[in-house]
Amino acid sequence: MTRLLVWYGHLTTRRSLTRQGLLFLASGMLWLMIFLVLPGLVLTIVSFATRGAYAPMEWDFSLENYKRLLGFSLFGWTPDYLFILWRSIVVAFITTLVSVILSYPLCFYIVARPGRGRYLWLTLVIIPFWTNMVIRTYAWFLILAPELPFAKLASFLGFIPPGAPLYPNAFAVYLGMVSMFLPFVALPLYASIERLDWTLVEAAQDLYSSRVRVFTQAILPQTLPGLSVGVILTFVPAMGMFVVPDLLGGAKYMLVGNLIQQQFGASRDWPFGAAISMGLMVLTMISLQLYRRRSKEIEFV
Amino acid sequence: MRRVHPIITVMALFTMGFLYLPLVGVAIFSVNQARRGFVWRGFTLDWYFRLFDNEFILESAWNTLLLAVISTLIATVLGTVLAIGLERFPWSRRMNTTLDVILHIPVVIPDIILAAALVVAFGLLRYISSIFEPGLLNMIIGHITFQIAFVALVVRSRLVSLGRDIEEAGRDLFASSWYLLRRITLPLLLPGIVAGAMLAFTLSLDDFVISFFTAGPESVTLPLYIYAAVRRDVTPEIHALSTLVVLITVVAVLGTERLTRRG
Repeated sequence: MTRLLVWYGHLTTRRSLTRQGLLFLASGMLWLMIFLVLPGLVLTIVSFATRGAYAPMEWDFSLENYKRLLGFSLFGWTPDYLFILWRSIVVAFITTLVSVILSYPLCFYIVARPGRGRYLWLTLVIIPFWTNMVIRTYAWFLILAPELPFAKLASFLGFIPPGAPLYPNAFAVYLGMVSMFLPFVALPLYASIERLDWTLVEAAQDLYSSRVRVFTQAILPQTLPGLSVGVILTFVPAMGMFVVPDLLGGAKYMLVGNLIQQQFGASRDWPFGAAISMGLMVLTMISLQLYRRRSKEIEFV
Repeated sequence: MRRVHPIITVMALFTMGFLYLPLVGVAIFSVNQARRGFVWRGFTLDWYFRLFDNEFILESAWNTLLLAVISTLIATVLGTVLAIGLERFPWSRRMNTTLDVILHIPVVIPDIILAAALVVAFGLLRYISSIFEPGLLNMIIGHITFQIAFVALVVRSRLVSLGRDIEEAGRDLFASSWYLLRRITLPLLLPGIVAGAMLAFTLSLDDFVISFFTAGPESVTLPLYIYAAVRRDVTPEIHALSTLVVLITVVAVLGTERLTRRG
C-alpha cells in the first residue's frame, strides 16, 4: 500500500517523488562518480601498483610505494620524503599564521573606513583573490630579480651572493605563499569583523582589560567563525600548493605538490605519485577533522 | 565611525602594499621600452600591440576562453539540476550525508590530488578510446568536475533561501511539475544560477594545476603559457600579457560587484 504525502503542496507518493528526484540527481552524480569518485578509487589502487618499464604502471601490488614514502629503500632508511611532507605542513602552518596576523589589522582598518571607502578597500582585497595564481607568482619572480632593490638589499646584507636573484629559497616561497593566501583569510575574517559587537570590546576596556585580553576574550571569540573558515581555506590548499614552490623555491625548497608533479612529469612514476597523493590526502583529512571538531558548520561559498 | 590605532593603519597599508607591489611592478615594466633589464627607457605600449601579433599567445587566449566557456556551460546545467535534485526531494538523512560528502570533495581537497586522480584515470581510459589523449577534452572534463560542485552549492543555497511558499502556491493553482519548474522555480533561481556560472567561469580562468596535468601540446592556455615562459625567458610581452589578464580580472570583479549589489 502506498502512502500519500504532500510535498511542496503536491499530493504524491514517496515512490514517485524518489523516482523524480533520482532523475534530477542522475546526470550530475553520474558525472561526479565517473570523473571524481572513480578516479579517486583508481588512484588508491594505483598507489599499490608498481612502476612499469614501458607502460606508466604494472599491476603488481605491494606496499612498496608507501614504504618508499616513509623512507625505506634498498640502502636503508632516509627521511627525505618524510621531510618534504613535514616541510609542507610547516610551510602551510606558517603561511596561515602570518596571513592571520596580517589580516586582523587589515580588516580592522577596512571596517573603520567611512561610506564608500569601505567598498573600495574591500574590492582591493577581492581583486588579488581572483587573480590567477601563476600571474601573481610570476610577479614576485620579477620583483625579486637581481637588478631590483630587494635583491640588492639582501645581497648588501650578505644573505645572497651579489648579482643573484632573491629566489629560489625558503624566503621567496613564504613571500609568495603569504601573498597568495592572505585574501583567503582576510575575506571571511572581514565578514566576521564587520558584524563585531563593539560594545563588548568597550565593556572589556572599561573594566581595565589589557590589550591582549581585550583581543583574546572580546574580539577573538566573536571573529572565530570567519577566522576558522579562512584558516581552513588557507591551510589545506597551501599544503598542496605547487606553483609557488615550483617557481620561487625550485629544487632547493620542494613541497609535496612538487614531489607529486615530479612523479607524473619527469620521473613518470605514477604509482609513487599516487602514493604521495594519498599521503597528502591523509594530511588533508586530518586537518579537516581537527577543524570539524572545533566548528560544526562549514560555509564554503 | 571608529578610530583605529596608527599601528593598525601602518600594518594595513603595509599589507596592501605587499599584495599590490608585485602586480604594480609588472605593470610598470610592461610599459617600459627596454627589452632587457630594468632600466627605465621611456613609456611605450608596444609590448601590448605585439601580443596581438604573437600567434601562440592568441591561440592560448582562444584556448583559455574556449575551455572556460564550454566547461562553464556544461557545469552550470549539471550543477543546477543537481542542486534541485538535492534540495527539493525528501532524501533520507544517510543519502543526504553521502551526497553532501561527494559534493564537497572537489571543494576541500587540494587540486593537485584531483589532478593526479584525473591523470591516472585518463591514462586508463586511453586503453578504451584514444580521445582521452591529453588535450582540450580532458581539460574540459577536469574543469567541469570541480565546477559542478561549486555551482551546485551556490544554486542550492539560493533554493534554500527561496523557501517553499511560492511553489506551494503554484501547486494550489494546479501547476504541473514541469510548468512549476519552468515558469516558477527556474526564473526565481536565475540570480543563483548566474552567480554559480560566474563563479565557475572565474574558477576555470584561475585554474592552473588541473590544466597543467591534463593539457596536451595543442591545448596551451594563458596560465600554462606564462608558466612555460617564466621557465624559458621572461620578456616584456609576458609583463604586458600578465597586466592585461590582471586588468580583465579587475573589470570582472567590479562588474560582479555591481551586479550583485543591484540584484
